[in-house]
Amino acid sequence: MKSAGSGLKKIAGLAGPFGGLILVITIFSLMPEVSDRFLNLSNIKSVATQSVIVALCALGLTLIIVSGGIDLSAASNLALSCVLVAYAINLGAPPLLAALVGVAAGGTVGFLNGFLITRLRLVPFIVTLGMMGIARGLAKWVARNQKIDAPLSWLNELMVRTPRPSWLLVSPGIWLMILFSLVMAVLLRKTIFGRQAFAIGANELTARLCGVRTDRVKVAVYTISGLLCGLAGVMEFSRLTVGDPTVAMGLELDIIAAVVIGGGSLSGGEGSILGTLVGVFIMAFLRNGCTMMGWPNYFQEIIIGVIIIAAVTLDRLRHRQE
Amino acid sequence: MSEKPLLSLTGISKSFGPNLVLDSVDLDLRAGEVLALLGENGAGKSTLIKILSGAYKPDRGRMFISGLEYRPSEPLDGRRQGIAVIYQELNLAPHLTVEENIMLGQEESRFGLVDRKKNLERVKKVLQFLGHPEISPDLPVRKLTVGARQVVEIARALASRVRILVMDEPTSSLSQEDTRRLFEIIRKLRAEGAGIIYVSHFLEEVLKIADRFTVLRDGKVAGGGLIEETSVEELIRLMIGRRVSELFPRLPHQPGEVILSCSGIKSARMSRPVNLELRRGEILGVAGLVGAGRTEFLRALFGLDRLEAGLVVVAGQKFRPYHTAVSIACGLGLLSEDRQVEGLAVRMNLADNLTLSRLQPYLRSGFLNNRKQKAAASEWMDRVNIKAGSPEQKVWTLSGGNQQKVALARLLHQEAGVFLLDEPTRGIDVMSKAQIYELMGRLAADNKAVIFVSSYLPELLGVADRVAVFHRGQLVEVRPVADWTEAELMKAAITGRGSAPIDSGEQP
Repeated sequence: MKSAGSGLKKIAGLAGPFGGLILVITIFSLMPEVSDRFLNLSNIKSVATQSVIVALCALGLTLIIVSGGIDLSAASNLALSCVLVAYAINLGAPPLLAALVGVAAGGTVGFLNGFLITRLRLVPFIVTLGMMGIARGLAKWVARNQKIDAPLSWLNELMVRTPRPSWLLVSPGIWLMILFSLVMAVLLRKTIFGRQAFAIGANELTARLCGVRTDRVKVAVYTISGLLCGLAGVMEFSRLTVGDPTVAMGLELDIIAAVVIGGGSLSGGEGSILGTLVGVFIMAFLRNGCTMMGWPNYFQEIIIGVIIIAAVTLDRLRHRQE
Repeated sequence: MSEKPLLSLTGISKSFGPNLVLDSVDLDLRAGEVLALLGENGAGKSTLIKILSGAYKPDRGRMFISGLEYRPSEPLDGRRQGIAVIYQELNLAPHLTVEENIMLGQEESRFGLVDRKKNLERVKKVLQFLGHPEISPDLPVRKLTVGARQVVEIARALASRVRILVMDEPTSSLSQEDTRRLFEIIRKLRAEGAGIIYVSHFLEEVLKIADRFTVLRDGKVAGGGLIEETSVEELIRLMIGRRVSELFPRLPHQPGEVILSCSGIKSARMSRPVNLELRRGEILGVAGLVGAGRTEFLRALFGLDRLEAGLVVVAGQKFRPYHTAVSIACGLGLLSEDRQVEGLAVRMNLADNLTLSRLQPYLRSGFLNNRKQKAAASEWMDRVNIKAGSPEQKVWTLSGGNQQKVALARLLHQEAGVFLLDEPTRGIDVMSKAQIYELMGRLAADNKAVIFVSSYLPELLGVADRVAVFHRGQLVEVRPVADWTEAELMKAAITGRGSAPIDSGEQP
């Protein structure tokens, strides 16, 4: 009886973001101009592939937001990683090593964020705002302010729409996104670390009272998130085939929007991986649908802005009812 | 009695929910006098001040200023009528200058622009009047000493023609020299014809500065009169009064071997290191005024405040409490005095709050088993009588008493050996209180040890085996409970001396 009730509640809790996703998909599939193309497999695949990069970053940001923090440096971090991968390949590194360099660079930036936040006792907004500039600047410096060309390798096949071998069905990037979504969901819901991250976000003083080593947990949170941004940078390189230091300008706000639409609370202690993914897809389908309709760019921006505000308002209302 | 009082309150009543906090209180204040408003914690003093300032509305009763009815709907009304309240915690903006703080909200202006020259003049005049011309108006407030900040706060009140000045525990954070200077200021204001309501726990000070007194007890006026005609003993008797005897179930328990010994525990917020021993099966009560260092001692002992010196031994394990993770592992558990802000993560559910300090039992090959955690939480809900729908209920939806039981159950669940309980019965209903007293008795009978900090003396005397007293940042006296009376405890908490007579004219 009890478990059924709580299960229903969970569904109701997800109804917000899920409802939004269903609404977006329904609207576009009813539009006569695009209804035949919108829901076909290849379009869905293409939307999914386009979502990989934002999704990887948003997974990490969910962890940060759950623990009561914020990260404005995610997109710059991604660009730095993207440039470093190209740079490493040009130095003659094998593709796998180059990819590892990109991921490690992301992890380092994340670690630095966490380290500065806990050691200097600064608010995450300030530290990551600074890091946003630092990482972007570093990326431009490494790339001498231009794109870095790199020879093609298997790295560039991670984001293709028709994968090789064909039994993969979708691009390796999508598989990576699914894999890390599962990993992060387990980390958040089924480990002591995850529970402590939630506790820090809900009330840091209580966490400390309960013996949680809050500084260590926070450093780990930012490092993990940085690693995911680094991986997203590798995916970006794969897609572009060049190291572009100006890539993903302003993407950090899309990433934050995805988490917030998915039910993450900027005051901490709330958020879920499933919700975040739904948030990512709401934005991706919306962009895709608007482009297919031939609606101008500014129209998309207005709609997404409205959705962010609507999603958070709905979330508030739901909480008040509880 | 021909002259109309400056301020007169008649029949003021106020309740919060079912609690009647003020019960038809009458109070008069004349121009040019200092009235001491006295009472124990929770007697209703703060509520009365808030009603006077306009922050709360009384349920019943009327207020008059110089014979005219005064009916404030917000604190600004109070200020307009010339009422200024200086609260215990100072309300200054630390990075604004002295001048900006004093003139805040009442700046002199010309054509919409701040007239600095005029402001400066007024500030200098007020500081001069207060006898502190040495305080520079250009200095940011954060660079001032606590005493000087108090002067700034008073200056702010004076800059706008104040007729009634209310001071809530003004000396609790002042040095003796600053206190002396504050008294000079108060006397000057009195001579100027202001009426001053002076709230303090330090009765010796009250005897020095006040002209009349009114004592509140359990929301009613317990007595009042001229300061010349009273004594500290009489004031204490009025404050304590005779109470409805409450039920303190004493479970038999025997003190065993020493389980906790602290040597030289001191944090920056304590004035002297504390040495203390506690035995298994013992409940040590800790009395003292608010701000006397009781909470600070517990926090230092538990590793929440940075330790300057000291060592703790719990059950033979020696350690320096530098992090709560260490003290919890060694068997200490702290119940925070503020369960809303610190004690509980009220936005999380009951099960997580209860088990957060010890999640290891719910690990299965490295992963948390949520069902097992919920089941354990359900069990604890039954064991300590927590009334809640399910372990997944959010903590903020529970009543104060049930919240406190969740916080207590957490310490039981983490298998603490020494329970450090800071005001565990504050703000909860009588039933829950009785259950918490009983729980403490059970813990002692179970060979655990309890340190029980409380501002409510009857419960300390009813539950503890020994009672320690803190005064101005240090531990001043420990005695078996049989050797204390309520009056003696009160006296020790107020004066820092337990047995010496206090009306013999000697000064601290």
